[in-house]
Amino acid sequence: MSKAPYTIIGNSAAAVGAVAGIREVDPDGPITLIAKEPHHTYSRPLISYLLGGKVDESRMPYRPPDFYEKNNVRAMLGVEVTRIDADKRCIETADGTSIEYDRLLIAVGGTPIVPLDVTGTDAEGVFTFTTWDDARHIQRYIETHEVTRTVVIGGGLIGLKSVEALVELGITTTVVELADRILSVTFDQTASDLARRSLEKAGVGVRCGTTVERIRQQGGKVSGVVLRDGTELACSMVIFAVGVVPNTRIVNGEAIETDRGILVDDCQRTSVDGIYAAGDVAQAADMLSGQKRPIPIFPNAYRQGLVAGNHMAGGNRRYEGGLAMNAVDICGLKTISVGVTVADDDGYEALTSLDEDTAVYKKIVLKGDRIVGAIFVGQIDRAGIITGLIKNAVSVSGFKDLLLTEHFGLISLPSEYRKHVVSGTGIEI
Amino acid sequence: MKRIIAREEYCLGCRLCEIHCLVQHSKSKKLIKVFRSEERRAIVPGVQVEQSGQVSFAIQCRHCDEAPCIEACMTGAMHRDPDTGAVICNQDKCVGCWMCIMVCPVGAIRSGDERHVASKCDLCMGEEVPVCVANCPNEAIICEDDDE
Amino acid sequence: MLKKWLVQPDFIVERDPEKCIQCQVCVRQCANDVHEYDEDEECVFSDGSNCVGCHRCATLCPTGAIQIKNAPLEFRANSSWTPGLLRDAYKQAESSGVLLSGMGNPQPYPIYWDHMLLNASQVTNPSIDPLREPMELLTYLGRKPDSVASDGASGSASLATKIEPQLELQIPVMFSAMSYGSISLHASIALARAAKETGTFGNTGEGGLHKDIAPYGGNMIVQVASGRFGVDVDYLNAGAAVEIKIGQGAKPGIGGHLPGEKVDAAISATRMIPAGTDALSPAPHHDIYSIEDLRQLIYALKEATRYAKPISVKIAAVHNVAAIASGIVRAGADIVAIDGYRGGTGAAPTMIRNNVGIPIEFALAAVDSRLREEGIRNQASIVVAGGFRCSADVVKAIALGADAVYIGTAALVAMGCHVCQKCYTGKCNWGIATQDPYLTKRLNPDVATRRLVNLLKGWAHEVKEMMGGMGINAVESLRGNREHLRGVGLTDRELSVLDIKAAGE
Repeated sequence: MSKAPYTIIGNSAAAVGAVAGIREVDPDGPITLIAKEPHHTYSRPLISYLLGGKVDESRMPYRPPDFYEKNNVRAMLGVEVTRIDADKRCIETADGTSIEYDRLLIAVGGTPIVPLDVTGTDAEGVFTFTTWDDARHIQRYIETHEVTRTVVIGGGLIGLKSVEALVELGITTTVVELADRILSVTFDQTASDLARRSLEKAGVGVRCGTTVERIRQQGGKVSGVVLRDGTELACSMVIFAVGVVPNTRIVNGEAIETDRGILVDDCQRTSVDGIYAAGDVAQAADMLSGQKRPIPIFPNAYRQGLVAGNHMAGGNRRYEGGLAMNAVDICGLKTISVGVTVADDDGYEALTSLDEDTAVYKKIVLKGDRIVGAIFVGQIDRAGIITGLIKNAVSVSGFKDLLLTEHFGLISLPSEYRKHVVSGTGIEI
Repeated sequence: MKRIIAREEYCLGCRLCEIHCLVQHSKSKKLIKVFRSEERRAIVPGVQVEQSGQVSFAIQCRHCDEAPCIEACMTGAMHRDPDTGAVICNQDKCVGCWMCIMVCPVGAIRSGDERHVASKCDLCMGEEVPVCVANCPNEAIICEDDDE
Repeated sequence: MLKKWLVQPDFIVERDPEKCIQCQVCVRQCANDVHEYDEDEECVFSDGSNCVGCHRCATLCPTGAIQIKNAPLEFRANSSWTPGLLRDAYKQAESSGVLLSGMGNPQPYPIYWDHMLLNASQVTNPSIDPLREPMELLTYLGRKPDSVASDGASGSASLATKIEPQLELQIPVMFSAMSYGSISLHASIALARAAKETGTFGNTGEGGLHKDIAPYGGNMIVQVASGRFGVDVDYLNAGAAVEIKIGQGAKPGIGGHLPGEKVDAAISATRMIPAGTDALSPAPHHDIYSIEDLRQLIYALKEATRYAKPISVKIAAVHNVAAIASGIVRAGADIVAIDGYRGGTGAAPTMIRNNVGIPIEFALAAVDSRLREEGIRNQASIVVAGGFRCSADVVKAIALGADAVYIGTAALVAMGCHVCQKCYTGKCNWGIATQDPYLTKRLNPDVATRRLVNLLKGWAHEVKEMMGGMGINAVESLRGNREHLRGVGLTDRELSVLDIKAAGE
């Protein structure tokens, strides 16, 4: 097999972004794409919608069926890469094949964490929830064993999305969170409380400040869990949604530098020439702090892939840094969070407005005269304007008092900033 | 490609653009019928007028060359129409995750459609002139063609 | 404030509930607070007491749900005390003030244009088709020499006579003087632009020359009125011609009046008066008390403009207009502009507007005849104004002897005016006769310019059609050619003053 100029390991947001990035510069150069999962590129975040029955399998694909063909991509799906040999410039697959590469992109995403200190995880009915197949397995288990009660370990985004899916299926669910509040990474106490209220209104049990120590089984199948404080919860299924870590197993032992993820520069290059990394597996700079840390968010992954692909093909895109951001609908409560959301240290200023009755909360976090973070609960339209102000590091001193008003919009911004948007083709600074 | 531009010095804040956008994207496309039915609250117009005192302008999707919403969309519902170059939301594919709303620097995408999907300007696909442009009484909204 | 009980609404506003979609466009567009949205009832209510009949709401309503009708309160039939006169008396009883009006004389005096009919070719002197044959509408305004001499060998003659400065018009229609102040800047700019695009001229009125209009100076006549607002040497040289305004048709004998509400910072700068003060122009120019004084001013202006621009003198049509015009021509004016009693205004006392002055038809006929009798018709062009509503009026005026016609009201109508006659309130809903920035936004100068150009284009084509029908292909052949006019429903005396034959003769 002839050596393709571009080889991508992975098939999700970063990989698809990379294909787009390559094709921006090189419309023809063949691309080889190798992915462990046998599916056409699909939208990972949709798995909770699939489980909950909000979408069916036909809506899972992330790109049209002719995506690979149209982009001259040779897709090797269902093939697991076991090793990268940087010296020989080739990768080895599980079935022993060796594939030479010219420029390589590692976009293998993250793996779910299963805490080692929980006993009983070998029982049937214990799942992690990150892939399409996970959703299928869970669906099958629910049907076969007529599951009525579940415990979800982890009150973060993945945990709550799985909770929502289970609620859709009418399954009584309890979510167990180690931190003192759910969504502790993305939300402050107020927002977290509103989210919790929404869950509890939907009949979900929420337990914070504790975790599962032991999973009980009966006849080899899950029958309940025991929390750290000794409380027992009966259930027939457990889902681990504690988090994902970058899947760096593939580069273990190789010369490619890693920290928590594969370290990359602003062109998505790793420490080894010709090898790039993008997406949840990579560790790139945070836009606000400048520090490198993994920010496993869908739009960041796509953008990193775009930059990587573009650069692999000889373009000159740069990654401007990742921004932590999430949009999640929690049992009907719309929420968006961006950047630094908890303003504990000095030097940060938080502006907030809260209406408990309608569960509408708005928070803007400022550092000096620039916005560095925001939370929107209940009313989320136009949140992107704030995201834009964060990204472009716009000074808000002239209109700080308008930020929380109900009709905050482009009209609140100085006309110099918005004129390109209203009368032109986009925001320019 | 066509670009819609609003000139705030001529905008009256009359909101006829919003009305016509709503009707254009309704089922019956009949003005009185739409407004007397529940459809009026079920659909969200792609163009909305921002107003503060005497300053006002209509704002809709910019159909950006580098569209952050397309990058953020996790289902692939946001895509670029190859013929017109417009950024279109395939509302059948959209699940209402609101990532697009989170990243749109213009705030041009809205939730609120009763189907729980994202709503935004689609350049009135299939029409010669977008209806907001055609119906602005003071020609505050105009359509320019990049290619010309 | 005690309610003024005797003053009742002039209009009622009817809303068709089947068509109204509660979109509130009418609420947002009415400057007189006629429409209001009630949050509790979720419904728009209309109170006609403040309605001025400008039709802004009805025009913008997307479903055509609004009708504006004259208030149906009917009085017992009375030809002497008409409803209008009754209302005027009520208003004065409640206020003691002078009745004010905007726009031109609406009284039912006979309109003599409508009593004149044009000729057409039949068997001999065949018609000319304007779409196939060249038609000349080109018009020159200015002093024409008494005789023309040429020099040079036969076969290559050149003009030896020095020709006085002329204005070249592509069409014998110009925009009448409407001051920036009485109308909005957008309206003024639109008039200037349309004049340039069409190849004719606009007139600054007594408002001075705003800097945004200065680029169009080559197509503007700058006016020197009795208040001398905005007049300095740069102003005089910025225009293509200078017009001394002695009077205007809507209010002969009195000066101009711009209420202080309409004098904002921009007006103040352009007119060179303090903001917020009434801009009152005195009735006479206080340096013109005789015809010799006028001659002195005319030549002072010629000196200031280095004899490069025609000087026009504008007067209202009054009883001795022929003698006055003759004096003006002999005083050295290159153009005499006569404004008949139908002329419009932004604000005038109603009594004067409705009762003072004479119809332009008679004034024109009298002036043209007198100047010809005295052998001085060539020394000045005659421009007429005051109630020209359509291209037929223009053709008739030229046939009666006019060189060109000024249109004021017609131009405003083209821009959207609905002649509600409330210009003096400064709340013009169409953005024309107002300085309120919220209202002036409504007149997009691009759109207004386009509409004005369209109007002139349409009229130019119609004039050509009528001329072609008469077998004429140049407006020069129509000018002063009263043979092309016949009168209907006119007395012998009227026919004789107009110096036209009766139909059938």
